[in-house]
Amino acid sequence: MNQENIKQPGRVHKAPEHFLDRAGISQVRLEAKSGRRDFIRKAFATAAAAGASVPVAMAQGNPIPPEGGDPNILNLPEHTTGLGQGVATEGYGKPSKFESNIQRRQSPGLTQTTQASVSFAPLQSLFGIVTPNGLHFERHHQGWWDIDPSKHRLMINGMVKTPKVFTMDEIMRLPSVSRFHFIECGANTAVEWGNVAVPTVQYTHGMVSCSEFTGVPLITLLQLAGADLKKGKFVLAEGADGSSMTRTIPMSLITSGEVLVAFGQNGEMLRPENGYPLRLVVPGVQGVSWVKYLRRLEVGDMPWAAKDEAIHYIDLMPDGTHRQYANIQECKSVITTPSGGQVLLDKGFYNISGLAWSGRGKIRKVDVSVDGGRFWRQARLETPVLSKALTRFNIDWVWDGKPAIVQSRAVDDTGYVQPTYRQLRDVRSTRSIYHNNAIQSWLIAESGEVKNVQLS
Amino acid sequence: MSSFLKSTAALLLLSLVGMGLAQAQSTRFPGIGREATPKEVAAWDIDVRPDFKGLPVGSGSVVKGQDVWEAKCASCHGVFGESNEVFSPLVGGTTAKDIETGRVANLTRADFPGRTTMMKVATVSTLWDYINRAMPWNQPKSLTVEEVYSVTAYLLNLADVVPGNYVLSDKNIAEVQKRMPNRNGMTTKHAMWPGKEFAGLAKPDVVNVACMSNCATEPKVASLLPDHARNAHGNLADQNRGVGAQRGADTTRPEGKSTVVAQASPAEAAPRPSAGGGAPTALLQKHTCLACHGMDKKLIGPSFQEIAKKHPDKVDYLAAKVKNGGVGVWGQMPMPAQALPEADARTIAVWIAKGAAK
Repeated sequence: MNQENIKQPGRVHKAPEHFLDRAGISQVRLEAKSGRRDFIRKAFATAAAAGASVPVAMAQGNPIPPEGGDPNILNLPEHTTGLGQGVATEGYGKPSKFESNIQRRQSPGLTQTTQASVSFAPLQSLFGIVTPNGLHFERHHQGWWDIDPSKHRLMINGMVKTPKVFTMDEIMRLPSVSRFHFIECGANTAVEWGNVAVPTVQYTHGMVSCSEFTGVPLITLLQLAGADLKKGKFVLAEGADGSSMTRTIPMSLITSGEVLVAFGQNGEMLRPENGYPLRLVVPGVQGVSWVKYLRRLEVGDMPWAAKDEAIHYIDLMPDGTHRQYANIQECKSVITTPSGGQVLLDKGFYNISGLAWSGRGKIRKVDVSVDGGRFWRQARLETPVLSKALTRFNIDWVWDGKPAIVQSRAVDDTGYVQPTYRQLRDVRSTRSIYHNNAIQSWLIAESGEVKNVQLS
Repeated sequence: MSSFLKSTAALLLLSLVGMGLAQAQSTRFPGIGREATPKEVAAWDIDVRPDFKGLPVGSGSVVKGQDVWEAKCASCHGVFGESNEVFSPLVGGTTAKDIETGRVANLTRADFPGRTTMMKVATVSTLWDYINRAMPWNQPKSLTVEEVYSVTAYLLNLADVVPGNYVLSDKNIAEVQKRMPNRNGMTTKHAMWPGKEFAGLAKPDVVNVACMSNCATEPKVASLLPDHARNAHGNLADQNRGVGAQRGADTTRPEGKSTVVAQASPAEAAPRPSAGGGAPTALLQKHTCLACHGMDKKLIGPSFQEIAKKHPDKVDYLAAKVKNGGVGVWGQMPMPAQALPEADARTIAVWIAKGAAK
């Protein structure tokens, strides 16, 4: 504070406009307001454009420029010297604009329609074990819907004392649990049964995702309806969408308390693409059983041989038979970085990172080879390590610039070891479409480029 | 004791005394759920099991099935269920011998191209249930019981399971089951069912051991993508993060050091907002036009821009085509008639007539 202010407390300095008359004041105000806004807007736009077009320093190496320092350090950027944006600029926040490459994608030529199709999660760009809700893989049989939850109903009928109807309000009043589980489409990695067909881990393994699901154990609802848990060995789950997906679930899995009628996914409601407002969660079992837009559960004494368990989702064996009701997703893993379609920027240190999971329980260990399978080292399992959930593994590696083949091999707590392609094909040949859990190989070429390969 | 507590206690007592355990547990959550009415159960309980529980009384002929097929099914599946353009073929690959043995011989042949529905399906109930619940693809559950029987009969006739003068019904469907070409082709002898209901195998079929050093390897790279497929999935540089230990390869260029994209390129992958006067996207989606027509690429039908080139300014012609469909102008895949309001058909026709701008 200066002397003048101390002498004359409470005095307000007049802004220039106070020397103008009333009309003049409003005129200047208007111009100043709009003028200043435009000026600010233009200044921001120019700055943003400059930021985008000036190339960021090559990431490999970080040499000291002749002027004695990195301009990114020496010249303070606007975000250090200016005022940032206010709260709630976005009522529902979005990822940084620099993250726009991270998208779920269709595999070109895989399907003829978008409604009976699949989009793959970008595993190569994800961290930890949780799949962001907007990047969760999609599989629709007859298109997705955004269903009004106030009109959605769940019915339980069949071998029950009293067939019941529940509203969403009622289901959400019941005691709920929250659990992390992976969901994997039975056809994940299907295109690779015979040979390499796609370039990146997004397309080879991107039909797996992992979320914290919140819902009511299905057994609670079955008990409310007085279900015959002895004679009723099977439960049919049915969706409310056009395909009205139906799948047979064993009662033994339901009475274990594992199967949930879920409405929550990673802290918010399910996304419409993932079954909003209600879906079944069947841990360890292929995604097609996790019926979306769940409208009905029927208790019965024999399986239903529904369209998606008698025409689709059956595994062809070499002897010409089809395996029916093959539901468990067996132990599997994949290295997500470095992975197909990526380029290592230089020789030196890398953190090999990947995902492992098993439909039979927890991951016990993951081994990693960088020489095509001759020598293996045990990777670090990051916490949490949960049953029937994705588990993140990491291992140190120094790349010497020579060609290398990196692989991961998971073991679950039943002792089951993830097989090689040769072992898998020796038993199931190459035409079964579903349940390809073979060890994945990535070839790192001298150029640093990573390629999807299969060995023999 | 308040009256609320009294009635709760009375209810509890009643249920404990009068009913079984499962019912008793329901009083843990008073006020949750209500009894479904028979009418409600009938509206939703449409499933048909392999023992034909749930199959409605009724019948339908092969002859009628052919009419329904040509009007509502052939546009996706082909007139003879043979089309591979939208979905996998339904019919083909089965023989009279298969109908005798109940095993489709072609399934043992690794060189046999593709698998049709009739080669795979073991249970005729599945066909009936599939058509009833999910077909036609864009108007599921719109067929009458007679139409479902008829279409099922037509399909079975195409596969020579029933003769051309057959009338399929709830009375004779069990006989048809005995002629299903792949009726003996399913197995549950595996360890991948999460229960013991099927007496499957206890141990997994494929066994590996976790060897750690000097392991037998498969040292030869037997399969990798050919160079010409390098960019087939789009530029991989745009499908990886622009910061971190590695980048996506620039697959628009040959392999080499130049394929490294060093800087982050923001927002390039973001979809463009559709400008004013562009495609009536909401209408095209609502009426499922986009299932068969692409903007600039041929899908099942011609692209909107191809149509625009062939029929500029012909609003009336296009509006009629949108509603009535047709066959022959663009090939032999018929477009079925569409049930959409005249105004919507006209909006779409005007847009196409003006060039079908995106």
